[in-house]
Amino acid sequence: MLVIQDLTKRFNGRWIMEDFDLTVPTNGFTVLIGPSGCGKSTLFDLLMGIVPMDRGQIAWQGEPIANLSTLAAYMQQRDLLLPWLSLEKNACLPAELSGVPARERTSQARALFAKLGLENFESYLPDRVSGGMRQRCALARTLMFARDLVLLDEPLSALDAITRRQLQAYLLLLQTEFNKSILMVTHDVDEALLLADDLLVLSAAPMRICERFRLDMPKPRRIDAPSLLEMKARVLARLEKEARW
Amino acid sequence: MKGSLYIPLILVGVVLTVWEVGCRWAGIPDFILPPPSRILTVAVADAALLLPHAGVTLVEILCGIGLALGAAIPLAVGMHARPAIEKALAPFLIASQAVPVFALAPLLVVWLGYGLASKVLMAAVIIFFPITVSLLEGFKSCDRNYRVLFDLMGASRWQALRKLYWPWALPYFFAGLKVGVSVATIGAVIGEWVGAQQGLGYLMIQANARLKVDLVFAAILWLSLMGVGLWVLVGIIEKRCLWWKAATGE
Ligand SMILES: Nc1ncnc2c1ncn2[C@@H]1O[C@H](COP(=O)(O)OP(=O)(O)OP(=O)(O)O)[C@@H](O)[C@H]1O
Ligand SMILES: [Mg+2]
Repeated sequence: MLVIQDLTKRFNGRWIMEDFDLTVPTNGFTVLIGPSGCGKSTLFDLLMGIVPMDRGQIAWQGEPIANLSTLAAYMQQRDLLLPWLSLEKNACLPAELSGVPARERTSQARALFAKLGLENFESYLPDRVSGGMRQRCALARTLMFARDLVLLDEPLSALDAITRRQLQAYLLLLQTEFNKSILMVTHDVDEALLLADDLLVLSAAPMRICERFRLDMPKPRRIDAPSLLEMKARVLARLEKEARW
Repeated sequence: MKGSLYIPLILVGVVLTVWEVGCRWAGIPDFILPPPSRILTVAVADAALLLPHAGVTLVEILCGIGLALGAAIPLAVGMHARPAIEKALAPFLIASQAVPVFALAPLLVVWLGYGLASKVLMAAVIIFFPITVSLLEGFKSCDRNYRVLFDLMGASRWQALRKLYWPWALPYFFAGLKVGVSVATIGAVIGEWVGAQQGLGYLMIQANARLKVDLVFAAILWLSLMGVGLWVLVGIIEKRCLWWKAATGE
């Protein structure tokens, strides 16, 4: 379990978050949804130690830690694939830089590519494949970090609606197949409803949790299931109450 | 590609024709302005005289490029890795461009003699700046998000340089190198003008003194061919190194 307490950050005197608390259960799929500019990406940057926090505590499995840089893999909205490396070499990069032998990391990457529907595209350059494949390659690279915790910052928002629906199934694999604990940001309510165990609606800056929705329906879910439609109405109503949404 | 060559070729053809016809029609003597046909004849007929000198100049240019690369690459890497180095050296780099390099030529000949060394250094001084600046610019242009990604992957400085910054900056580097090789001939020739016993620049001075203007032009022709050849060569190497750009059709 990841426990975040009293996280506080100011940019140029403006409060982005003040005493922000958040809990991410082990092997849970926690989704954050909130207005643009409320500080979701900043939260991830703080957690990963990319941006220093003003104040706050982080604990993973009961142990206090400075940040998640060695515990979590962070997947951003942009795929950040290197255009001069093949898809496989891109995916292998985290393993390569941490000294995993070539043969071992290649076989790991091959196995992931097979699961993510990328087999036979190992040697392709990123610019020669579709946006959906690029993002799946970025997902493979995220998994090659071999971390228990995965942070996803709008991982599918750059994709068209149809590709996004397809890739949501792959994101679900993170939980069901790879047993990760996941914290994800999205703007897509349907996506949140399909994937989340816990759905947190955030306020505009300074960011806080307005409401926590618990979703116990089994996965994979259908977006037109009555229980989900009813939940969607509640989430949308809550979001509309957030004035600046 | 072929279509884009038409217009320059036509332009060159027009200029040469006007030049040729003009020289003949006005009866300009060869020791003032020889017609292109005369220059071409001399360039080919006196190849035995011109080529050894051209070879010397080429060696000077190539050594100059090598020396410039040997200094520019470590310097750019150093300035990128340690902004303090950049801050300390930037004023000198810029000042070095404010000094007319040609004014240094006589000094270099005094210090390094009439041989190869003074010309090599002269060429290197001229090429060095565009390569350093463009390479540093390339390193700096690297997207912040990629840097963060490499930090999160725990990449060492060396790994980040090899896997991220260097390939990222390579197009910038080649842009600088192309500028460099196209001005490198200038450095070598100026060096030879000031004091040398061989090289195309030396030959030009000698020929000029004897009013053999056609030989001067022939030397310029060979010099230009060398410059263009180097430029094309760098282009070929660039294509090889940036194969992934060609493969993606950028
Ligand atoms: N380095 C920075 N310096 C100053 N202000 C910043 C910095 N980074 C982010 N901000 C500000 O902090 C606020 C939150 O930004 P953040 O990117 O975290 O929002 P977000 O919730 O991820 O938005 P979006 O949904 O558009 O991605 C914004 O108002 C932004 O302008
Ligand atoms: Mg964001």
